[in-house]
Amino acid sequence: MSKQILILKDKCKGCNLCVKACSFGAISVVEKIAVIDAAKCSYCGACEPACKFKAIEIKVDDIDRSSFSAYKGLWVYGENRDGVLAEVVYELVGEGRKLADKLKVELSVVIIGDKTQNLADDLFSYGVDNVYYIENKLLKDYDTNSYTKILEEAIEAHKPEIVLFGATSEGRSVAPRLAARVKTGLTADCTALDITADGDLAQTRPAFGGNIMATILCRTRPQLSTVRPHVMQKAAKLAKKGKKIELKSTIVEKDVVTKVLEFIKETRENVNLTESDIIIGAGRGVGSEENLKLIHQLAEKLGGVVGASRACVDAGWIDHFHQVGQTGKTVHPKIYIACGISGAIQHLAGMSSSDIIIAINKDADAPIFNVADLGIVGDVFTIIPALLKSL
Amino acid sequence: MHIVVCIKQVPDATQVKIDPKTNTLDRSSAPAILNPYDAHAVQAAVDLKKAYGGKVSVITMGPMQARDIIRKSLEYGADEGVLLSDRAFAGSDTLATSYIISKGLEKINSTDPIDLIICGKQAIDGDTAQVGPGIARRLNITQLTYVNKIVSVNLETREIIVHRVIDQGYEVVKAKLPCVITVEKEINELIYSSLPEMIKAARYVAPMWGVTEIGADLSQMGLKGSPTTVRKIFAPPEREGGERLTGSTTEIVNNLVNKLLEKIV
Repeated sequence: MSKQILILKDKCKGCNLCVKACSFGAISVVEKIAVIDAAKCSYCGACEPACKFKAIEIKVDDIDRSSFSAYKGLWVYGENRDGVLAEVVYELVGEGRKLADKLKVELSVVIIGDKTQNLADDLFSYGVDNVYYIENKLLKDYDTNSYTKILEEAIEAHKPEIVLFGATSEGRSVAPRLAARVKTGLTADCTALDITADGDLAQTRPAFGGNIMATILCRTRPQLSTVRPHVMQKAAKLAKKGKKIELKSTIVEKDVVTKVLEFIKETRENVNLTESDIIIGAGRGVGSEENLKLIHQLAEKLGGVVGASRACVDAGWIDHFHQVGQTGKTVHPKIYIACGISGAIQHLAGMSSSDIIIAINKDADAPIFNVADLGIVGDVFTIIPALLKSL
Repeated sequence: MHIVVCIKQVPDATQVKIDPKTNTLDRSSAPAILNPYDAHAVQAAVDLKKAYGGKVSVITMGPMQARDIIRKSLEYGADEGVLLSDRAFAGSDTLATSYIISKGLEKINSTDPIDLIICGKQAIDGDTAQVGPGIARRLNITQLTYVNKIVSVNLETREIIVHRVIDQGYEVVKAKLPCVITVEKEINELIYSSLPEMIKAARYVAPMWGVTEIGADLSQMGLKGSPTTVRKIFAPPEREGGERLTGSTTEIVNNLVNKLLEKIV
């Protein structure tokens, strides 16, 4: 066991403060002494500062870094389709550059596909040092098996210390399979990354439906993370020259085990939801499917799209594709107008990084007002028609 | 057709409350439920059983109380279940968890060959979506993630065709069986249980397998077998509430329009 948690029995008063601080329900007080249930404890350290009597000691053995020196450099997974890089790649390059500079290592992008070489020059202009690429007709469509095989071989050959993936459906498919292949740690859906004093990647992510944030380290190399799109800043243009390196791989037809028969570009609004500058969010307060028409009208008038809270989707008023929040989409528009949305933490998790939040709600105490830049306590059905008239 | 569904017991995130004094989760406020995505995974398996015949098994890793979600799955129409439970499993991250569950699946497969494994897209407590692909890799079979429709299964050619949701739309994909699919909620509507299924479920006690039963390697599980380690847990940063617009409706709307123009231009 690399971790130990001790209750100093002479100091513990059985006051229950640690019990309340524990998110995992791992502490109970038995005969006025705190007892830790090792099966539930995650050694997160939340109880240690909560104890006023310094009765809790957590000993975390240092990560064994002796084998880490063989691993150097930061990689970004260059997700692409039809010869175009996914938007998130530029965000990862922006963040990756900062982290690579802190570690004083090179930043590389690895691109797998059938049209990849020509993407390199563009990436160099965003400060990328190396582009590892493989170009093969067999790799036209994303296929988890062959893609992870190539990545595993590339990691084996070049040994990066960090690999960042977009937390897109592709990134979230390829990364966990790769982690199981190379037997290393993977942290999902990170919203903040940093380098610790020891040179480890500190990966911060929301957990429990956005109720808490956790910072996670990895005790093996490489360290893998998927990073939530629209959170990191896009890379700035830098006049830089980089190196193109072709990946050697033994991919043959039988490695490609899935066949994409057809790709259907979605015409539904969900395509636009994550890219839209203006989102009108509808909540339970809107009251019915019929009433949603007003929200659609406003969206149309402003050139935005309609988002929805879980309550609205669960009521069957609107398709799940519109759902914003922890179990829906994370959005980052310039303007988010929350109409009749109370502001449950799960909803806030998906939209609180919007540039400007406007809230319209009858309930003056609705939590949505705590995050809104502009709050209007009033009836959606009075305010919006008036707003529509004035536009 | 033998379908196995991997399920997880989770705290109902929609009912988790934050203790305002300590800024931590009040877990006692949240009842333990079958992960909502997994409920749809079970339903998808039951629908396939109806169409193609066969059997639906479920498997979960967790404490004794996790038998509740096996019962719930039987209510939805699953035939049997297995609980993987052992103190040695505690503290496992997604890599170690995928190892343990894949060992359980191997044991099931040795006596009752599996044609298809279905997982929910992700669990609502961790939201990682990592265990499904991890299991697929451990078993060295194909994975199809984010499936929102099963188009067809051909047991003679051993092929499955599904719709996979991707960021720009969806793709129609074909793969060989056995494979792992992870499903979205919109794959189906949950059907209420029939009384005989509920009675059968209520009486069902799933067998429990530990480290010995699944023949797993202790070094690959628990904290020891988990490369990721939680270093810090904290409350999310709060966004400050801003200005309230007051007055008559006309005043409010004019004020709002002006402010918006100001901020955009």
